[in-house]
Amino acid sequence: MAKKLFLGNEAVARGLFEAGCRVVSSYPGTPSTEITEFAATYEEMFCEWAPNEKVAMEVAAGAAIAGARSFCAMKHVGLNVAADPLFTASYTGVNAGFVIGVADDPGMHSSQNEQDSRNYARAAKIMMLEPADSAECLAFTKRAFALSEQFDTPVLLRLTTRIAHSRSLAETAERENGGLKEYVKNPAKYVMMPAMARPKHVRVEQRLIDQAMLMETDELNTVEYNSKKIGVIAAGICYQYAKDALGDKASYLKLGCVYPLPTERIKAFAAECETVYVIEELDSFIETHCKAIGVDVIGKDLFPLYGEFSQALVAKLILGEELPALTLNEDIPARPPVLCAGCPHRGLFYALKREKAIVSGDIGCYTLGTLAPLEAMDICICMGASVSGLHGINKANPENEKRSVAVIGDSTFMHSGITGLVNIAYNKSNSTVIILDNSITGMTGHQENPTTGKNIKGEPAAAVDLEALARAVGIKRVKVIDPYDLKETQDTIHEELQAEEPSVIISRRPCALLKYVERKPALKINREKCTGCRACMRIGCPAISIKDKKAEIDFTQCVGCEVCVQLCRFNAIEH
Amino acid sequence: METKSVMIVGVGGQGTLLASRLLGNVLISRGYDVKVSEVHGMSQRGGSVVTYVKYGDRVSSPVVEHGEADIIIAFELLEAARYLPYLKKGGTIVVNTQQIDPMPVVTGAKQYPEALLSKLQGTELNIVDVDALALSLEAGNAKAVNVVLLGVAARFMSFDGSEWVKVIADTVPPKFLEVNQKAFDLGYKT
Repeated sequence: MAKKLFLGNEAVARGLFEAGCRVVSSYPGTPSTEITEFAATYEEMFCEWAPNEKVAMEVAAGAAIAGARSFCAMKHVGLNVAADPLFTASYTGVNAGFVIGVADDPGMHSSQNEQDSRNYARAAKIMMLEPADSAECLAFTKRAFALSEQFDTPVLLRLTTRIAHSRSLAETAERENGGLKEYVKNPAKYVMMPAMARPKHVRVEQRLIDQAMLMETDELNTVEYNSKKIGVIAAGICYQYAKDALGDKASYLKLGCVYPLPTERIKAFAAECETVYVIEELDSFIETHCKAIGVDVIGKDLFPLYGEFSQALVAKLILGEELPALTLNEDIPARPPVLCAGCPHRGLFYALKREKAIVSGDIGCYTLGTLAPLEAMDICICMGASVSGLHGINKANPENEKRSVAVIGDSTFMHSGITGLVNIAYNKSNSTVIILDNSITGMTGHQENPTTGKNIKGEPAAAVDLEALARAVGIKRVKVIDPYDLKETQDTIHEELQAEEPSVIISRRPCALLKYVERKPALKINREKCTGCRACMRIGCPAISIKDKKAEIDFTQCVGCEVCVQLCRFNAIEH
Repeated sequence: METKSVMIVGVGGQGTLLASRLLGNVLISRGYDVKVSEVHGMSQRGGSVVTYVKYGDRVSSPVVEHGEADIIIAFELLEAARYLPYLKKGGTIVVNTQQIDPMPVVTGAKQYPEALLSKLQGTELNIVDVDALALSLEAGNAKAVNVVLLGVAARFMSFDGSEWVKVIADTVPPKFLEVNQKAFDLGYKT
């Protein structure tokens, strides 16, 4: 087959197909999302969006035990959610191969923290592979299934943003036999109660020793000798940065398997080179191993523990070389991402700002409501924390009940907001929870979820009735508002904050970027009526700017939502 | 061949990803090793976005750093100024003269720098300015700014027009083919 450009994530999906994978269950999360989107384009694999990563991993674990090669994908923080099954699936092992894709985000392009998932491999005692380009994404995915079955273990496949979201050439092959393995009842293997788990732990420790032995010679790890003045030990994208910066001026030990790590092979490589550098983004993982086995390397004494690396950083820190760069002597304003023109969250955040509410926020596009001019979010920690955190805010000081709300998107609510809402009803706080129901998982690029009535393939599916769900957990006050209607939105929020019992407000309006949402003609400013008072600027719509002291609307962006019209006291915004 | 680097910079929603995909496909048809690095997630939301395209005999790192870019295609004037340090000595910037205010300017916290184009032209760099929005409207769709700019940049690359025509036909959905073909021509020949 001819080579073609594959996105790293797309190549993983192709690897799943070629490996005969049959079941894929994931929750979207940048930069891992496209693996499952591409996987869903293959008819041969059952693919789904699960409500969260824990569910996804358990689905995949169950499928693997039942005899199907299976897979789940998530971003680094998703692995926290799925950590519970991860640690014990390590003990049960598999029947058919079970591979877990996890995508880290050094530099936090689209994440709330910068954690290093390699620590999970060590903590859960699970083998982890790390590809360095799309061809390896494809090949390592296939190899991961073979290793999973060979060692009776789940296998982690670690990507980082620059691997997941870069396109490079890869070659495809036919699909292997995707048949089911026989399932045989075996409680000693699959029921992890103490008496069965104890011998399993012994086996897990031996498994790591066996795997490390294999990695002494396995072709996943490769050595390339050039000049031996500099030796580089690296994996994944850091290998590419090193290669780009140092070329033939260095020799390389490239690790395709980052856990467990070999010992003799590292010692032998280090013995050949004058100075050995470990180049790894985020934590000192490979370096710690090297030092533990008595190999003298330079790592985090030179390279940072945070942020993304690059070839320029490697050249600067190892060679002391920097390319000249021209700059204009000019203050260039930053361009942060913004809520889109017509975004239904805008009206809601404007109302919350007017209410001067304490806003317990969550993960999604609406986190952008934190930024000026809306500035309507106080706290954002992780998926679901808005709802449970609000309960804590209100229990800390009951006066907060009349002035604080939680905001959470429909998909995030399904992911892990429900349990927090159960807690509010059960351990009664007069909390006001606002579900921003824009009928899609927005931030990750429009994935269906259990509230949208469609599955990953766009086929009709059961839809969670949010109003009924809220009532079922014990919330009696449930209101539905249209956030394009500023007065209704503000009045409802005010009323529910004053109520002496918990309430749920569903702010319902589909994402303005959805294809089925009708765009109305762009609005125009009547320059004779506009006084330049800037009232319309308070909602932070990217389509509105001030030109020659009067408002102007960018016709390429405006979708005619009319939220700004409600702010103009001079009727200057017209059709 | 030494690795060449192209950067496509702009504002989320301007269609930078299609431009990088077209460029990538032209390069593959030429038999180069190619890497394209994109920003996802925040890209539809009006933020500053950048895509790197690198090609040569063997490409290692997919990203472009200060002083490395042979060509920068800037979809917006302020973004051209922002990414200027990435340009290699003797490199070329194709800049769309369109101005899109970032939120700090909209809120009044910052000023959009004045006379930015003439300041760019005052440098020793090769600056090619174009009103891509006007040309895309001439082609029939305001969203074709991306393909107009690619057409302009193609003048500075050593592939002839027919290779681009074929790749556009292979990449773009049929119903948008005519407008994109026209947009490319307007950029390439104007």
